[in-house]
Amino acid sequence: MAADIADHAAEPVLRAVPGPLRSFWISFSENRGAVFGMAVLAFIVFLAVFADWIAPYSPIDQFRDFTKLPPAWEQGGNWKFPLGTDALGRDTLSRLIYGARVSLFIGLAVMVVSVLLGVTLGLVAAFSGGLVDTAIMRIMDLIISVPGLVLAILIVAVLGPSLANTIWAVTVVFLPRYVRLVRASAMGEIGKEYVTAARVAGVRRLRLMVMTVLPNCLAPLIVQAALGVSEAILEAAALGFLGLGAQPPIPEWGSMLADSREFIRSNPWIVTLPGLAILVTVISINLMGDGLRDALDPKLKRS
Amino acid sequence: MVMFFLKRAALTVPTFFALMFLTFVAIRLVPGDPVEVRTGERGISPERLAQFRAEYGLDQPVWKQFADYVWQLLHGDFGTSIVTNERVLTEFFQLFPATIELSFFAMVFAIVIGIPAGVVAALKRGSLFDQTLMGLSLTGFSMPIFWWGLLLIMLVSERLGWTPVSGRIDLIKYYFEPVTGFMLIDALLSGQPGAFRSALHHLVLPGIVLGTVPLATLARMTRSSMLEVLSEDYVRTARAKGLSPFRVVGLHALRNALIPVVTIIGLQVGSLMAGAVLTETIFSWPGVGKWLIESIGRRDYPALQGGILLISAVVILVNLTVDMLYGSINPRIRHGR
Repeated sequence: MAADIADHAAEPVLRAVPGPLRSFWISFSENRGAVFGMAVLAFIVFLAVFADWIAPYSPIDQFRDFTKLPPAWEQGGNWKFPLGTDALGRDTLSRLIYGARVSLFIGLAVMVVSVLLGVTLGLVAAFSGGLVDTAIMRIMDLIISVPGLVLAILIVAVLGPSLANTIWAVTVVFLPRYVRLVRASAMGEIGKEYVTAARVAGVRRLRLMVMTVLPNCLAPLIVQAALGVSEAILEAAALGFLGLGAQPPIPEWGSMLADSREFIRSNPWIVTLPGLAILVTVISINLMGDGLRDALDPKLKRS
Repeated sequence: MVMFFLKRAALTVPTFFALMFLTFVAIRLVPGDPVEVRTGERGISPERLAQFRAEYGLDQPVWKQFADYVWQLLHGDFGTSIVTNERVLTEFFQLFPATIELSFFAMVFAIVIGIPAGVVAALKRGSLFDQTLMGLSLTGFSMPIFWWGLLLIMLVSERLGWTPVSGRIDLIKYYFEPVTGFMLIDALLSGQPGAFRSALHHLVLPGIVLGTVPLATLARMTRSSMLEVLSEDYVRTARAKGLSPFRVVGLHALRNALIPVVTIIGLQVGSLMAGAVLTETIFSWPGVGKWLIESIGRRDYPALQGGILLISAVVILVNLTVDMLYGSINPRIRHGR
């Protein structure tokens, strides 16, 4: 009898207050575009992870007898190479699939490094104040004052073009927004009572920063980080296109476009496909980011 | 008011100094010896090499080099291109009008289409037009513009033959000395029939490509700003007292909705410069963006250094102007600092 009552009592309560993950999913899935974006992105991630099994050929194998083939459904196409081949006879489909790996890797690497650095610098600036704060924020102002791509070009010109340096260059460009975001939301939290209470209770500074304040700054940070991935992919592709990003034979979408530029008249397909891959990836991440914002950060909800 | 302007302007001084330091250090870190680039890989006597080093001040201690560098910059000397032997400042200002012309056209394109579209979308919220526009805006925002440029060249220039593929004017038919550096104006001034048309034809496609991302941003911003204003009390009052919808929207709502939009337009200048690098490269548009990329390829470090410094200075100054304009319109900003 007693157990019965407890059951009945517990049930409605459980239903009324779904767990944090469940409630996140409920508001996230309200946005159909976001779910669609997530599905497309999941597919691209799947391709990237299992590229070795999915791609028909190696991205750098050259089939010299089959150069500049159009996709298979076009006249002159060959089903051995469903999306055709490039000027060196490399299979476009395989290169696109491996390219997903490169682009997603760049996007994620930039995001992880800039979030880690941004959180650290932002928290330090917010907690230290004074000279340290001013110094950090002045440097961030400097970075912002140079147009993003121009700064990235300068950095790559100095360090030399490579995949790793692309990641560093784009990370530097994106750093200020994370630092500013974390600093602003941490400053907002520091004055609140729970932080004072923790401080009075003798919590050490590092713990105060990371365990007490940081979790309350996370929502806007996650949204910014998600959108940061797509922007990083775009920026890195632009560098690749200018010949300042990943170097051949790495199948990077931007540099694939650059390689194909001269065939714009004769072989439009070689130009069309890599750009389409960039666009679809970036759109799906942005769609998902919008959904994340609606779900995590109701204050920023787009009307 | 004057105090606000002075304070705001003073804030940019350390930024300028930091910028000089950044470009100075960056170029020193570059692998490869600029003198060797200039002189070729072999076949130069040690005396000649030393002479070159002295000529470019490369034999001085680093701090002295930086001090000299700042001193020269303050006197308007941005160095001399290693490749063309031309003063960097001269070269920059020869090319800059082309970039301004392109950016200006791009921004006009974005404003003329983006703001009305955003307003209509806000008024017809949830309609097919609204949904389509937001979809397009997301696409434009996510667009790799270098690909967009190539795509448009393929469709509009190659397939349809409507616009030329590259350059600023048909150089075979029209030639005249630049007066203002702005091709559209120079073409009109030249009085040659058809020159203006040709210049405009060359400008349209790159302008659209560069204007796409600002267009997507503006349409989105205008829409959300308009939606916010439409729910304000004074709009409801205006409606309640029987004003025509045209007056309510045009006079009361739009004016207030445009305030944040104007700020966004000003802040787009930085991304326009970044976009210009890509757009100019694709369309062989002879502006500062293409010049910057080419100087990397030629290892022309003085040009790279001066170019980045000048482009950033322009962006800082434009942002400063926007801030000041905004401050003079909106007293809350002025006194907030």
